[in-house]
Amino acid sequence: MSSPATARKGNILAAYGMALAIIVTVVSPVEGDHGNYLLIIAAIVLGSVIGLIFSKKVEMTAMPELVSLFNGFGGACAVCISIIEVYKFNASTSIGIATTTYLALFVGGIAFTGSLVAYGKLTGKVKDWRGAFASYFNLIWLLVCVGLIVYQIAFPGQNEWLPLVVLAISLVYGFTFVLPIGGADMPVVISLLNAFTGIAAALAGMVYDNMVMLLGGILVGSSGTILTVLMCEAMNRSLLSVIVGGFGSTSASAAEGEDGVVKEASLVDTAIMMRYAQNVMVIPGYGMAVAQAQKICKELDKSLSERGVNVHYAIHPVAGRMPGHMNVLLAEADVPYNKLIDLDDANEMFRDTDVCLVVGANDVVNPAAMDDPSSPIYGMPVLEILHSKNVIVLKRSMNKGYSGIENPLFFHDKTKMLFGDAKSSLELLNTEIKGMD
Amino acid sequence: MLEILAYLKANVLAINLIVITIYLGFEIISKVPAVLHTPLMSGSNAISGIVIIGAIILMRQSESNDYLSLTVGFIGIVLGTINVVGGHAVTNRMLEMFRKK
Repeated sequence: MSSPATARKGNILAAYGMALAIIVTVVSPVEGDHGNYLLIIAAIVLGSVIGLIFSKKVEMTAMPELVSLFNGFGGACAVCISIIEVYKFNASTSIGIATTTYLALFVGGIAFTGSLVAYGKLTGKVKDWRGAFASYFNLIWLLVCVGLIVYQIAFPGQNEWLPLVVLAISLVYGFTFVLPIGGADMPVVISLLNAFTGIAAALAGMVYDNMVMLLGGILVGSSGTILTVLMCEAMNRSLLSVIVGGFGSTSASAAEGEDGVVKEASLVDTAIMMRYAQNVMVIPGYGMAVAQAQKICKELDKSLSERGVNVHYAIHPVAGRMPGHMNVLLAEADVPYNKLIDLDDANEMFRDTDVCLVVGANDVVNPAAMDDPSSPIYGMPVLEILHSKNVIVLKRSMNKGYSGIENPLFFHDKTKMLFGDAKSSLELLNTEIKGMD
Repeated sequence: MLEILAYLKANVLAINLIVITIYLGFEIISKVPAVLHTPLMSGSNAISGIVIIGAIILMRQSESNDYLSLTVGFIGIVLGTINVVGGHAVTNRMLEMFRKK
């Protein structure tokens, strides 16, 4: 996956590998074999059909949700396995097997319900649940669960229902774990839950003494973990603060409610400004995905480039709902990937940039992250677009973005707001520019 | 404590492989450009569907009249397969967009 060119082959190769692993498992000798082949094959076919339908139907902007959902299913599978295995325990079961099975149940359960909650948050169906006691509640819940697991292992078979209780608590914990985390942090959470499913798979692999599961699971677990850490670094927030969740000081900054004055841009002025600029930097955000404005953006890019303007795209690591979300979006619009500039390079280019066009991005260009210590996003590296000569912000209204934080960028002298749906605004701009020579 | 040590000793190969795999995971991620992070998440998600193998083993080991195991196993396989197949298909869709036209 180290280059876009080879990545597709990599994915297909991985798929073949998986298929091979499955076939081998179905046919190779296994102790206590009772066949049941028909059921197994039926289940595989059913799952494949459902999986293919889902993946074909979904739009690109809903990708993060889908990945989260699929991840949840993987976790659920681990749970299914573990709960059955747990009931097979008897006096001779070693501590090793017992521990790993319970852990698989626990981690799988968290991954399952956690992923479902993440899915809900991304589709807007689930609201954040912020309470000061949320983090304590979670901690207690976690301790109870771990305690029960230890108890079960140390004194097996005390109570018929105890494994189910562990299951129930794990499921609830996954739920309460993700619930207080802000929607804006979902990409980090999904990556973490992805790692969890991997770990659950690895644990299940230990139970069955199966190398493929073990190694595959560990691979996912470790890559998921490092990806999560990388994302947290990009946001300059520790993983702990993400998990404990929520923006504690949101109420404070929301109460202030800036009633500053914004400058509105006129379409024609903006078009002229862009047409005669030397360097234009587009800052895409989730708003571009929502408005599905990436293709018209590419058209605009083309119109400007034909007239000698340099157009680039500054991609913040957490713009959008998933890392690389903007990249996928722009790739869909055929924007060549050498026009996509990362955070550090972009920040150096802004001094030479004449116009920054902010398309549906908000937090990633919020200067409060740099100068306001009371801001919840203080310390997060942002795109320092105020170094450029002009800033045009495409936005539907003055509503606060996903994280609910005010953005002083909008009230700055250099900034002009172009209100309206991103797609139509870009279309109008494009028409204007095409009318110029 | 002794049991744990014994377990570790008996599984040295496994532990070595685990350590190598962890290292591999880290290395792989650091080589992937940020551009590909989303397909990467989707791809590694598909790989975590490897857990389906456990469900298959489970079902093969269940007796034909153990309806509980068979049902739960069946559900497990269905969900796991959705994860694998759907995951690879979605990753493929994302990566298709990166093809040079």
